[in-house]
Amino acid sequence: MKILVVDDFSTMRRIIKNLLRDLGFNNTQEADDGITALPMLQGGNFDFLVTDWNMPGMTGIDLLKAVRADDKLDGLPVLMVTAESKREQIVEAAQAGVNGYIVKPFTATTLSEKIEKIFERG
Amino acid sequence: MTSEQNQETLTRAHELITALEKGNNDAVSESLDALTRQHESVLFQELGKMTRELHESINNFKLDARITDLTETDIPDAKERLNYVITMTEDSANKTMDAVDAALPVSESIKNRANELHAEWKRFRERDMSADQFRQLSKDLDNFFPMIGEGSVTVHDNLTKILMAQDFQDLTGQIIRRVITLVQDVENSLVELIKIAGKRIAPAEPEKEKDKIKAEGPQIKGLDDANDIVSGQDDVDDLLSSLGF
Repeated sequence: MKILVVDDFSTMRRIIKNLLRDLGFNNTQEADDGITALPMLQGGNFDFLVTDWNMPGMTGIDLLKAVRADDKLDGLPVLMVTAESKREQIVEAAQAGVNGYIVKPFTATTLSEKIEKIFERG
Repeated sequence: MTSEQNQETLTRAHELITALEKGNNDAVSESLDALTRQHESVLFQELGKMTRELHESINNFKLDARITDLTETDIPDAKERLNYVITMTEDSANKTMDAVDAALPVSESIKNRANELHAEWKRFRERDMSADQFRQLSKDLDNFFPMIGEGSVTVHDNLTKILMAQDFQDLTGQIIRRVITLVQDVENSLVELIKIAGKRIAPAEPEKEKDKIKAEGPQIKGLDDANDIVSGQDDVDDLLSSLGF
C-alpha cells in the first residue's frame, strides 16, 4: 500500500513514517503541505493519505476538500493527524469527508487502531 | 508667528520707543504690558494646538483594538504558551530518558548472558566439556532464546517511546511560530506609537469576526475556551461517532 504523509514538520513526518513501517507499511512518501501533496496524489497512485491540518501554503483541511472534489481522488481514504482539537474543527473535517481523526500528541496504538478501522470498513 | 502678529508687535515697539523718547512712564509700561500679553497669547495658542494634537493622537491610539488585544490577551497568552513549550520539552526529555533507562538494563543483561554462553560454547567446540556440563549448556541456551525474544520486544517498545517523544518538536514549533507572529505585531504597534508623535494615525479597522475553524496549532488548557476543545482522543472518537462515524 502506497501512503503519502503530509506535515510541515519533518520530525512529525519521520515519526509517522517510522510508526507506519512498524505496522508493515514500507511504501511511504512525504510532502510538507497541501500544495506539494496535491500534484503528488494526482499523479502517484496513492492508496492512503495521512495529513496534518495546520500547515503554511495549503492546509490539511483544504487538501482534504481538494481531494474530495477531484474525480480521480474522491475515494481516497484520508486520516487527519493534527493538534487542532476544537469541536468545530473536528465537525468540519467530518463534513469534508475525513475517514479518521487523531489529535496530537497521539500514541502508536491510536494510529494503528485508526488505520485498522479505516481499512476494515473498506 | 503670523505677519499680522508681526505687524502688531512692530506697532507696539514703535509706541514703546516713542513713549521712551518722550519720557512718558505710564505709556512705557502700558506698551510693555501689551507686548508681553501679545507674546503670551501666541505661546498659549501654540501650546493649545499641541495639546489638542496630543490628545487626539492618544485617543486614536487607544481606539486601535489590536493594541488592546495585544496587552490584555495576547501577551499573557504568549507567556502561557511559552510555559507550555517548557513543559512539553521537559516531558519529552523525561520520556526519552525513562525509555533509555528501561531499555539499557535489558540489552546489558542480554550482552552479559551472550558472553557467558559464548565462552561455554567455545569450550564445547574445543571438546573441553563433560556430558553433564553440555546438558547444562543446552538448558541454558534453551532459556536464552526466549530471553533474547522478550528483551528485543522491550527494546523495540522503548525505541518506539523515544520516537513518539519527539512529537514535541512539531507541537512546540507551532506554538513558537504563533509567538513570533505576536512579537512582530508588538513591533509594528511600537512603530505606530513612535509615528503618533507627529501625525494622527488612521482609525482602527473594525475587528474581524474570528474564524472558528482556523488552524491555530495546539490548543492549551486554560487559555482556549475549554468547551470548544476536545479533551483527548476518546472525545474525538465520541464526537465523530455522534456524527455517524
